[in-house]
Amino acid sequence: MPGLVPGIHDFLFPGQDVDGRDKPGRDVAGTAGVVMTYIAKPKFHHPGLKKNELGYTHRDYEGKISTLCAGCGHDSITASIIEACYELSIEPHRVAKISGIGCSSKTPDYFLGNSHGFNSVHGRMPSVLTGANLANRDLIYLGVSGDGDSASIGFGQFAHSIRRAVNMTYIVENNGVYGLTKGQFSATADRGSKSKKGVTNTDNAIDLVAIALQLGATFVARSFSGDKTQLVPLIAAAIRHKGASFIDVISPCIAFNNHAGSTKSFDYVREHNDAVNRLDVLVGRDPISVDYAPGTVQVVEQHDGSRLALRKLDADYDPHDRLGAMTFLQKHAAKGQIVTGLLYVDPEAEDLHTHLDTVETPLNTLDEQALCPGSAVLDKINASLR
Amino acid sequence: MSVQSPISSVNDFVVRFANVNGSGSASANELFARSILRHGVPVSPRNIFPSNIQGLPTWYEVRVTEDGHLGARGAVDMMVAMNPQTWDKDVASIEPGGYLFYDSTKPMPTSKFREDITVIGVPLTAITNSTYTDPRQRQLFKNIIYLGALCALLDLDPKLVEQLIGEQYKGKEKLLSSNVHALHLGRDWALQNLKCPIGLRVKKSDKVGDRIFIEGNSAAALGAVYGGATVCAWYPITPSSSVAEAFTSHCKKYRHDPETGKAKYAIVQGEDELASIGIVIGASWNGARAFTATSGPGISLMTEFIGLSYFAEIPAVIMNIQRAGPSTGMPTRTQQCDVIACAYASHGDTKHVLLFPEDPAEAFEFAAAAFDLAERLQTTIFLMLDLDIGMNHRLCRPLKWDDAKQYDRGKVMTAEMLEEGRDFGRYLDVDGDGIPYRTYPGTHPTKGSYFTRGTSRDRYARYSEEGAVYADNMQRLVRKFETAQDMVPRPLQANAAKPTKYGVLYFGSTSPAMDEAIGILEARGHQLDRMRIRAFPFHSSVASFIADHDFVYVVEQNRDAQLRQLIVNENGIDPVRLVPILHYDGTPITARFIANAIGDHQDHLKVTPLRKAVT
Repeated sequence: MPGLVPGIHDFLFPGQDVDGRDKPGRDVAGTAGVVMTYIAKPKFHHPGLKKNELGYTHRDYEGKISTLCAGCGHDSITASIIEACYELSIEPHRVAKISGIGCSSKTPDYFLGNSHGFNSVHGRMPSVLTGANLANRDLIYLGVSGDGDSASIGFGQFAHSIRRAVNMTYIVENNGVYGLTKGQFSATADRGSKSKKGVTNTDNAIDLVAIALQLGATFVARSFSGDKTQLVPLIAAAIRHKGASFIDVISPCIAFNNHAGSTKSFDYVREHNDAVNRLDVLVGRDPISVDYAPGTVQVVEQHDGSRLALRKLDADYDPHDRLGAMTFLQKHAAKGQIVTGLLYVDPEAEDLHTHLDTVETPLNTLDEQALCPGSAVLDKINASLR
Repeated sequence: MSVQSPISSVNDFVVRFANVNGSGSASANELFARSILRHGVPVSPRNIFPSNIQGLPTWYEVRVTEDGHLGARGAVDMMVAMNPQTWDKDVASIEPGGYLFYDSTKPMPTSKFREDITVIGVPLTAITNSTYTDPRQRQLFKNIIYLGALCALLDLDPKLVEQLIGEQYKGKEKLLSSNVHALHLGRDWALQNLKCPIGLRVKKSDKVGDRIFIEGNSAAALGAVYGGATVCAWYPITPSSSVAEAFTSHCKKYRHDPETGKAKYAIVQGEDELASIGIVIGASWNGARAFTATSGPGISLMTEFIGLSYFAEIPAVIMNIQRAGPSTGMPTRTQQCDVIACAYASHGDTKHVLLFPEDPAEAFEFAAAAFDLAERLQTTIFLMLDLDIGMNHRLCRPLKWDDAKQYDRGKVMTAEMLEEGRDFGRYLDVDGDGIPYRTYPGTHPTKGSYFTRGTSRDRYARYSEEGAVYADNMQRLVRKFETAQDMVPRPLQANAAKPTKYGVLYFGSTSPAMDEAIGILEARGHQLDRMRIRAFPFHSSVASFIADHDFVYVVEQNRDAQLRQLIVNENGIDPVRLVPILHYDGTPITARFIANAIGDHQDHLKVTPLRKAVT
């Protein structure tokens, strides 16, 4: 009888094709026998590309080519993040991009290619971001998550990072569905909405915006991936906000949640979008150059000197009234409307570092001189323990 | 019935206090232990407490040991029975010839006592109530009054106790004098009404030396301060919470900028253990030294992140103050039961570095070293304490720090190195030790960035599901673990006086009991070479030690012989050659237990030749 052969069989691998650099210049995996798992962008670009204040072009804010489905709402958000960072003249490498797991969480690979990115654990982006932020308060923290990531498995981490006032821009790319696992409902799917397979969702939906408001986020917005003119300035303003900024971006899933009966489809969101305001972000001391009709604009000055010019679309909406915002949202949600815009901002926001009273120098730069109390102190400690 | 003569012993006995938790007895009991130390006599105290805030029984056991045996001894020579709830069991646990000290205010039926012990009644409640009116004062000073009575009974020098009280209430004159007053109330009553001293006595000695008296958790936290930890994220869980609390208090004293008063540290109490380890990993990824402290259930929750730390190669330090599992287990009882859970934590093929300190002094050293190791090896380092080391005061050598020491920040590629044109591949093994270079976020505008992920990737951190790429990386991780073997604390070996075929392996809090057991075994004619394992991966000397002996006992505090399993598994040792000696009832292992178990086994080895047995 043939039996099992005892002993350990070590995996023998050919020792080639293990990294692209073995063949210089080969940036795109995809040669015969190699599984294509990422796509790098070609390096050339137009010599006449516009440059921002720091001399960076759009291309400097881009990343690898997206591997998401053609027409995915998430790619529009990626484009908006690129646009916002370009407009703000951020040094790309001073941004840390952190995400969880899922379609949305893959996107940090598709923007800011010269930034460090961290595709962490499902639902745990907020804690990783919190730790990163504690280590170096000087970087810009961009958290990218999805509705499964933030409203289901990571609902707790979402909530606690908001209530801790971590200085971050937290973007949820909200499509109400699990894309990578092929179309299950997520916790933001509205009750009564239908899945692609025709199943009706009987569970109540979690509105992350409402929760963020309740937990004390100091910048709360909602937008639609199909409305870049609304989304870009919201992202820019959120980045300039010192405190917990949260943006819920409804981002239709072209593959699994863009059908009739879905409340997260392009058509549904366009029809039910109720924008309360439009935003312009003004950085620097330039006077407001856009002409606004009197009484229609509200200027909010943030801690860092940036100004947010809010064009009111709903005359009664006050983005400084947290309670009012919560009520407004509830009322409109009951009518089936999706309220978008800058929903709440506290220009005097504080962040976790303020609360912990940490030194201005990033903790990750402190050395033994700064951190170690030394042997003389230890001798005293020893003496007190006898 | 034969009359049992009372135990007579100087500087070698066990006193156990039976109290109700929340009654304020802890500080009086600790004062008792410390005052014996001030006589130059070593003590080894242990808290035995429930997972509860008020009302349930607690015990505090003080082993007075001129010979310096710091392990638990087992058995009680004198019971200070202050808890009616546990009276019967407490009385029953006294050694024949031992002493029972109790509050005699209310008369007790003789059936509640034993004839073979000496019963010492002191009307504590009556003395207290005639002196104090405030109920809280009555409760607290009753503890000091029994301490005073014990002073007289055990022949303690009241001046040394007063001195300690003076240090404790420095600057609080009113508290100081009232405590001293209560102490004398008890002492005077005993001197006037009882035959003092009894057979158990404390005599001044010089066996304490320059040793210090500290809890392992506090020492580990201090190690984190000295080791440069700046971020601590934790979630309360017995018996680890006092690590984070001690870190907080040490940082308040030693880690504020003298000019601005601002904190050179950040401590976050997470919403759970997942968040705690997530924060640690985020901070470490970004170049800060970060740690968390937890216990078994927390380890279970952290395992997904631990796998990320292993695979994405992010430093992390986890202090695991082990308690009896599985599940909620016995939260306030000690065990060494997470060896396997930590060594192989997380799904997929993983291996993690474990450090096993034996006492607070090593907890301090290993905690500081853990941060160097974590950054050098870019992986999770477990500091494996247990409740016995962590939550009890232990006499140990003074803590030491070399001011010339610089932190080993590991292989970090700087902006300058990138400018020089050094090839940066996040998972590229440039030195053949399996350890790649990393960069901190924000280092350079165009060079050195990479995408960290828990998915498979190539040497340049690019996503890949290609088999060869994956295997290449997994094999490098094995190389890295082999590199770790020579970086972690080596095992310590002590050979028996005479050559022997038998050895013993042990680790962590078993240490003092093992040392003591060796003496007992020698007296019984059993010679054993011993080796204390201080880390995993095991140094090659562990395998040689086993090879050098016919067989080796492996002493540990868990049911499944976890260290033995790990040795068998990692070193390919024939399990027959490793004899498990297992103690796992939640109490600290004792020398008596080890000596009996090994001694019995050794006695069985002395087989009578077959022919002799037949005839």
